[in-house]
Amino acid sequence: MTATPGATPTIVLVGHGMVGQRFLEALAERGLTATHRVVVLCEEPRPAYDRVQLTSYFSGRTPEDLSMTDMGFIEKHGIELHVGDPAVEVDRAARTVTSRSGLVVGYDTLVLATGSYPFVPPVPGKDAEGCFVYRTIEDLLAIEAYAKSRATTGAVVGGGLLGLEAAGALKGLGLATHIVEFAPRLMPVQVDEGGGAALLRTIEDMGLTVHTGTGTQEIVSGADGSVTGMKLSDGSELATDMVVFSAGVRPRDQLARDCGLTVGERGGIAVDEQCRTVSDPHVFAIGECALASDGRVYGLVAPGYEMAETAAATIAADEEAAFTGADLSTKLKLLGVDVASFGDAHGTTADCLDVVYADSRSGTYKKLVIGRDGELLGGILVGDAEAYGTLRALTGSVPPVAPEQLVLPAGAGAPAQLGPSALPDEAVICSCHNVTKGTIRGAVTEHSCTTVPEVKKCTRAGTGCGSCVKVLGQLVTAELEASGVEVDKGLCGCFAQTREELYEIVLALRITSYRELLDRHGREAARGGDGCEVCKPTVGSIIASLAPTIGADGYVLEGEQAALQDTNDHFLANLQKNGSYSVVPRIPGGEISPEKLIVIGEVARDFGLYTKITGGQRIDMFGARVEQLPLIWARLVDAGFESGHAYGKSLRTVKSCVGQTWCRYGVQDSVRMAIDLELRYRGLRSPHKLKSAVSGCARECAEAQSKDFGIIATSNGWNLYVGGNGGATPRHADLLAQDLSDAELVRLIDRFLMFYIRTADRLERTSTWLDRIPGGLDHVRDVVVHDSLGICEELESLMRDHVAHYRDEWATTIEDPEKLARFVSFVNAPDTPDPVVAFVPERDQIKPDLPLLSIGMRPTTPLTEDALEGSATR
Amino acid sequence: MTLAPETTDLMVQLRLADDWFTVCDLGRLLPGRGVAALLPDGRQAALFRDRTGALYAIDNRDPFSGAAVLSRGLTGTHRGRPFVASPLLKQRFDLRTGQCLDDESVRVVTYEVRTT
Ligand code: SRM
Ligand SMILES: Cc1cc2nc3c(=O)[nH]c(=O)nc-3n(C[C@H](O)[C@H](O)[C@H](O)COP(=O)(O)OP(=O)(O)OC[C@H]3O[C@@H](n4cnc5c(N)ncnc54)[C@H](O)[C@@H]3O)c2cc1C
Ligand code: SF4
Ligand code: FES
Repeated sequence: MTATPGATPTIVLVGHGMVGQRFLEALAERGLTATHRVVVLCEEPRPAYDRVQLTSYFSGRTPEDLSMTDMGFIEKHGIELHVGDPAVEVDRAARTVTSRSGLVVGYDTLVLATGSYPFVPPVPGKDAEGCFVYRTIEDLLAIEAYAKSRATTGAVVGGGLLGLEAAGALKGLGLATHIVEFAPRLMPVQVDEGGGAALLRTIEDMGLTVHTGTGTQEIVSGADGSVTGMKLSDGSELATDMVVFSAGVRPRDQLARDCGLTVGERGGIAVDEQCRTVSDPHVFAIGECALASDGRVYGLVAPGYEMAETAAATIAADEEAAFTGADLSTKLKLLGVDVASFGDAHGTTADCLDVVYADSRSGTYKKLVIGRDGELLGGILVGDAEAYGTLRALTGSVPPVAPEQLVLPAGAGAPAQLGPSALPDEAVICSCHNVTKGTIRGAVTEHSCTTVPEVKKCTRAGTGCGSCVKVLGQLVTAELEASGVEVDKGLCGCFAQTREELYEIVLALRITSYRELLDRHGREAARGGDGCEVCKPTVGSIIASLAPTIGADGYVLEGEQAALQDTNDHFLANLQKNGSYSVVPRIPGGEISPEKLIVIGEVARDFGLYTKITGGQRIDMFGARVEQLPLIWARLVDAGFESGHAYGKSLRTVKSCVGQTWCRYGVQDSVRMAIDLELRYRGLRSPHKLKSAVSGCARECAEAQSKDFGIIATSNGWNLYVGGNGGATPRHADLLAQDLSDAELVRLIDRFLMFYIRTADRLERTSTWLDRIPGGLDHVRDVVVHDSLGICEELESLMRDHVAHYRDEWATTIEDPEKLARFVSFVNAPDTPDPVVAFVPERDQIKPDLPLLSIGMRPTTPLTEDALEGSATR
Repeated sequence: MTLAPETTDLMVQLRLADDWFTVCDLGRLLPGRGVAALLPDGRQAALFRDRTGALYAIDNRDPFSGAAVLSRGLTGTHRGRPFVASPLLKQRFDLRTGQCLDDESVRVVTYEVRTT
């Protein structure tokens, strides 16, 4: 099959990676896809995807999520995309490219965007089974399959950026992980000695083993040919089941070499400032395969994007474009550690000086490189890269405050009030897409964007690595405020106040009715109305948290409060997908007597419920019809159980480990403490659910550091950790205070929880709250430990009120015939069960009969994630 | 203010074809919450009462999940339109027209309601 250049000029792109895709978009923007035939040869089995986010595959992103190619775009612009069909030969004289499948395409312009390949050092045994590289989705799939089926230990060769990502992935797959780095420190290119030391400590604390200053000499394999270990330069041997090479990349320039294009001494297709190859005006090279005119090969995506724009502009001949070099700033979150470097990070400029802040306890290291005249030249941030966006943008100018102010952590000394307003208009905010502050302001002022997503769409800022999004948000808000647009921080369409403000109003004015709050303090248009599904449960929760103090009824089904509750709270059970409910009795600390276990078993058996042990150390019974709930609870309450509040935004469980009583390592009675805490805080309504755990020693079997408040026993008492989270965005808890007595511990938790309930946003876990509130952990510690606001007495008294007035919701409900009357499927046929709720057998239990549900129904299309966040079932 | 169920003499009725079908005493409808009713032909309706006392009735089945749960959603007012949000995946439905406010292509059946 041959295609010769006809009337329409043809552009052939070889390589459909990140830069190749960007080049296609640039062509389309300039109208070149309309005037040209565009043919793309793509080697990988899938079109372009986000290689930068590759590792997020291991945190649940699918290959589809990573895709950067909208097939609608390809079709709309008539681009001929050949997936899985690489170019194998270029004939520059005939101006044709031949693909592996035998397709021959003639070109007027050829663009090479073939990227890089991972460099594998030539050590003996490197091809053994169990050796991998880390570059493509296929590599990841292979690593995952091998790790899951055959490996318990893994080693990564190379401690650079990619090596650490690969190590994080192996660790995430549950392997004991080693990193072998030849250089004396980790990330030798990006960070200096001090930064490397901070990074090393943090990474070792995570349980990875790091061998720096160590070379790999040989890969050892067993009788079946698969890896068993590696020999290191210090003479030792490391046992490992798999090896991932991550020792740098090399430009893929073979195709160019074969057709006689000039390549650099150390590889890379030589191009000029327009990204045209120095050998052939019809051929361009962009991205990681190109050797730029400044003599460098750029291994980052931002410079590649700039080259793509330059090449497209040059082909269109509509503007002067040039790529003369790029900034190598990077910000990464590796293994959960922020690492950033920008500008002249290593201080190579003559006469420059360093300003360094280092705190090895917290693994923080920050260095700024300052020029002779006080201008910021560059810097390195490890452990805390909050300021990266602002600092990078300030590079090249004299910062408006003293440099030491810029590196001190919040709370130490006067915090630097250095918002993005301090930046000049020329400051580059998004370096992936080279977007300046001026452009972003223009998007707000001239293009009337009012939200970050709109500005992203309009300017592209923030759509690359994402590291600038925070500053972007601040800029958009500042700009809107400056142009007089009031930025609406209100809770919803009904209230202009935040949750925190509403809490203060309710507390100060002792408002016990939602309607009164709405009619007096709601937005003008919302007064007199019925509110909405956002503010009703939020206000319901505030009233419930404060009930005894403000004189409201503490029972959430009483009076008007009943109408405010989400479905789950209204039926005191968790709604399931077919309209049935689950039942979770409280099992404080996870401790349960055989008698009570038997009762649960009997109840589940008698009502035919599906039974499961939960992740929260208790037992969930599923499949109850609404009219069965009171009957089930009558039996449970009778046996001494009470509501577990699995449905409420309230305390869930306080998990425990077995602790000192039985465990040979235990130093305190963790079970007793967990039970005490669970009974103290049960029923406490809060902005989001609250979870806790108590471990009997530092081995941490109860996983307290993943909880909103977690307690770990010490030989002198208890350590209190706060702000931990599991779920989709896990966060390790921060240590709030050490070696507390029982009384001190309880008092501090009282204050912490009440301060959180008072100031957090709706559906904001303690983890996101801690990260959001100004001053962060240090501020919270000041308030709850040092009483800097003088409110601790009030916080404690609020908690005393709560504890004193707790009543079990289910016991109250089953005694109240009027409330019980609500627990029916049909108001006009109280004895008839909902016919849509039906079950079929599975593994000796029941499961919902889903086909019954879908009869005559559309496939489920969930709303946006934001809507789901507030979903009543959570 | 108390919302304890007043036993009124008023009965809530739904219009089915040409007949009015009696569902329950008005006192069973809490302002801001719904109840479900089983209709003679086996279908289900969700009835609501807002704070002004206005009554609404729509089909009880959530068209997105198939579960008969709309009566258990939270109600509110959006730009002057009374709505209920499905307790499962949160889509809102206009109580007067049955129109889904989050997906133009979806609408649920509505019923005329009165008290006698
Ligand atoms: C039943 C259970 C799973 C199980 O079978 O083990 C469960 C089930 C649900 N979880 Fe969970 N989670 C359960 C333990 C956990 C845990 C583990 C733990 O608590 O130790 C976690 C991670 C820890 C954490 O929360 O930090 C967990 C993180 C989540 C999240 C993510 C929270 C986050 O901050 O990212 C959600 C979604 C949400 O709340 O927005 C969620 C939401 C839910 C919902 C409410 C989802 C829904 O909308 O229906 C499920 C309700 C089940 C029901 O109807 O009863 N569940 N969920 C566990 C109940 C524990 C209990 O006894 O109360
Ligand atoms: C795990 C990982 C993390 C990274 N993190 C970052 C980061 O945080 N920040 C950052 O800036 N950069 C990061 N990078 C680097 C970034 O991914 C690259 O700079 C970028 O992908 C380069 O784009 P490219 O299009 O030049 O090359 P690629 O994306 O590699 O695309 C080249 C494509 O060409 C194909 N190809 C090669 N030869 C042929 C042929 N003969 N015919 C047809 N097709 C061919 C290849 O199969 C490939 O699909 C990371 C890379 C990896 C692997
Ligand atoms: S955390 Fe310590 S005390 Fe508790 S079970 Fe584990 S080893 Fe034992
Ligand atoms: S800097 Fe990477 S997206 Fe803006």
